[in-house]
Amino acid sequence: MKFQTFLIKYGEIGIKGKNRYMFEDALVRQIRFALKDVEGEFHVYKSQARVYVDCEGIYDCDDVTEALKRVFGIVGICPVVRAEDKGFEQLKKDVTAYMDEVYPDKNITFKVDSRRAKKTYPKTSTEINRDLGEAILEAFPEIRVDVHKPDVMLRVEVRDEIYIYSEIIPGPGGMPVGTNGKAMLLLSGGIDSPVAGYMISKRGVGLEATYFHAPPYTSERAKQKVIDLAKLVSRYTGPIKLHIVNFTDIQLYIYEACPHDELTIIMRRYMMRIAEHFAKQDDCLGLITGESIGQVASQTMQSLTATNDVCTLPVYRPLIGFDKQEIVEVAEKINTYETSILPYEDCCTIFVAKHPVTKPNVERIRKSEEKLQEKIEELFKTAVETTETMVIK
Amino acid sequence: MEIYLDNSATTKAYESVRDIVGKVMCEDYGNPSSMHRKGVEAERYVKDAQETFAKLLKVQEKEIYFTSCGTESDNLALIGGAWANCRAGKHLITTVIEHPAILNAMRYLEEEEGFRVTYLPVDEYGRVRLSALKQALCKETILVSIMYVNNEVGSVQPIMEAASIVKAYNRNILFHVDAVQGFGKYRIYPKKTGIDMLSLSGHKIHGPKGVGVLYISEKAKVKPIIFGGGQQKNMRSGTENVPGIAGIAQAAREIYTGLDEKVARMRALKRRFIEGVGEIEDTTIHGLYDETSAPHIISVGFAGIRSEVLLHALEEKGIYVSSGSACSSNHPSVSGVLKGIGAKKEYLDATLRFSMSEFTTQEEIDYTLESLYNCVPMLRKYTRH
Repeated sequence: MKFQTFLIKYGEIGIKGKNRYMFEDALVRQIRFALKDVEGEFHVYKSQARVYVDCEGIYDCDDVTEALKRVFGIVGICPVVRAEDKGFEQLKKDVTAYMDEVYPDKNITFKVDSRRAKKTYPKTSTEINRDLGEAILEAFPEIRVDVHKPDVMLRVEVRDEIYIYSEIIPGPGGMPVGTNGKAMLLLSGGIDSPVAGYMISKRGVGLEATYFHAPPYTSERAKQKVIDLAKLVSRYTGPIKLHIVNFTDIQLYIYEACPHDELTIIMRRYMMRIAEHFAKQDDCLGLITGESIGQVASQTMQSLTATNDVCTLPVYRPLIGFDKQEIVEVAEKINTYETSILPYEDCCTIFVAKHPVTKPNVERIRKSEEKLQEKIEELFKTAVETTETMVIK
Repeated sequence: MEIYLDNSATTKAYESVRDIVGKVMCEDYGNPSSMHRKGVEAERYVKDAQETFAKLLKVQEKEIYFTSCGTESDNLALIGGAWANCRAGKHLITTVIEHPAILNAMRYLEEEEGFRVTYLPVDEYGRVRLSALKQALCKETILVSIMYVNNEVGSVQPIMEAASIVKAYNRNILFHVDAVQGFGKYRIYPKKTGIDMLSLSGHKIHGPKGVGVLYISEKAKVKPIIFGGGQQKNMRSGTENVPGIAGIAQAAREIYTGLDEKVARMRALKRRFIEGVGEIEDTTIHGLYDETSAPHIISVGFAGIRSEVLLHALEEKGIYVSSGSACSSNHPSVSGVLKGIGAKKEYLDATLRFSMSEFTTQEEIDYTLESLYNCVPMLRKYTRH
């Protein structure tokens, strides 16, 4: 069966009152973005509190559904057969043909639920329900009607054309990206940060990302891996502006001046500072990290307090209560896992102490950072100025 | 500035190779198996290539087979050789410093096909111990595989001596040589030496990637490992990679033109580089320095610097080299070759391989030394705890 239209169901955004048009417009925009690389011509529009995707030319329905399944804000995707309005007798034929093809096994219960958007249609919706139901029962002896809990709810919408559909493919839920501002993701090459970005973005937040590399300690490949990860996440979130910061000099300076067991914490504090610098510059409303309590030394409650200490923007940590396995499951679902586990050195591990502090004291860390006074401002400035920026889409 | 010192990984193609590959792809694109003129033209390139290798190796044209790479040549020699001779015995011999194409094919035969494999040790310079070879040979032995030049440290194996030992013990034992690193640097004559099978690769001699050669002596019994349309006398089915075959033959002709001068120049540069590296404290050269080692490979250990870091530091200066062993922070996998030669622990994860070609210049070597003088002390200041 060839579906010519997809009717998009959206849950939460339907209840947003006078802002609704904004949410719908964002949804339409995100759907267009998701379909830009799919073969075929697509007409995406809203009409009577619904969003439709009409397909033209050569296209594969499965490709379209796959792309739509990645658009936040979509609760369900209904593949629709469009039939020309050539009188009620023809409609009966179209509807029975639909049932025959979509449900080869007729040992099911069904109910017809019609909507008459075109009020000039000669039958009322109750009549349409009754008469089409009868036609289906006549065509297939084993099929039964159940008006309370049918296996198949056959929807028939009478518009200029007649829309027939019954399946609902679940979408990712959430809200359309761009309806909740933008946030800055600290993106490493690991498993967690792409998942964290995905989760915040699901709530309608656009993403920017900052990656820290430390040549020659980290390689061109590690950087390419992060670009690849950003690309994978962008399939859900839309374009991501990625800031690639050369962190080597700051890292070496911290190594020279500060106690080695505090290296990681101090390093992370500078990463937060730099990420926040770009976040503010680009009007991001928060920072996102992939931290989860206690996962590593730098993610204990005390360490999180110490890194939080340098930020003025809120820091969102959507994985905070997740176990590693739960994070891996999401990473596999969004297809970032395979890339994340490629074994390239990242800049967090190159000078890691054998026994890093696990319960850093904020006051002491601040004191240690005073040892950086001489050069840090200049190094910070250089790092910001030499940052490479690219838009991943 | 781009200085490419990773010629043992792969090489830049000769311009003449590029030209002939392009010509075959766009003009003489026939299938050698076709009956029409277009096919005959294409077949001509394959025959010419066989002739080229037959001349260079002083063997017969019908003993030359084309494969998709050095790895396939090694696999065909070992697996095809083992299959064809397994009724005579199920014992194979190789060395601990072979390329993974040999080691993993051997492991397959060991684990999946029930063969017994002896891995011969090497001395401190990376040369196979012939006494161990003598001890390992037994009635069951059907195949011995030893590389010509080791790809990591550049040690040249005593192939002639090994071949006489093997053949003196039992002339029916197949003697295979992986000459991927040695071809184009040395003149290799299988028949005089006692080599039954010899593997070569295109892209290590300024030819194209995706093409290799296997010489199989007409007396050697080998079974095919790829099945299909029966090309190359059924030994290696699959439409011949005619552009690649034309390319590898062109590369072989060109690399052997003026070979002695080319090698002499590389040797001089190698000496200069080794002397220069000697100025840096706590470094070591793995393998032999002198004329008995390969002219193009220099393996240097820099104590106290992880090889990957120094590699990227040189990369920033436009110098491309290889690390002596692949290694990452989470999964240290130390080179079997460096372990095999008994390299000190501090060099296992701190070794770089510099490999030259005929295009390497003295300026490039001097610039590389300068860069090392700058990078090494700087990187040694910062170490992991």
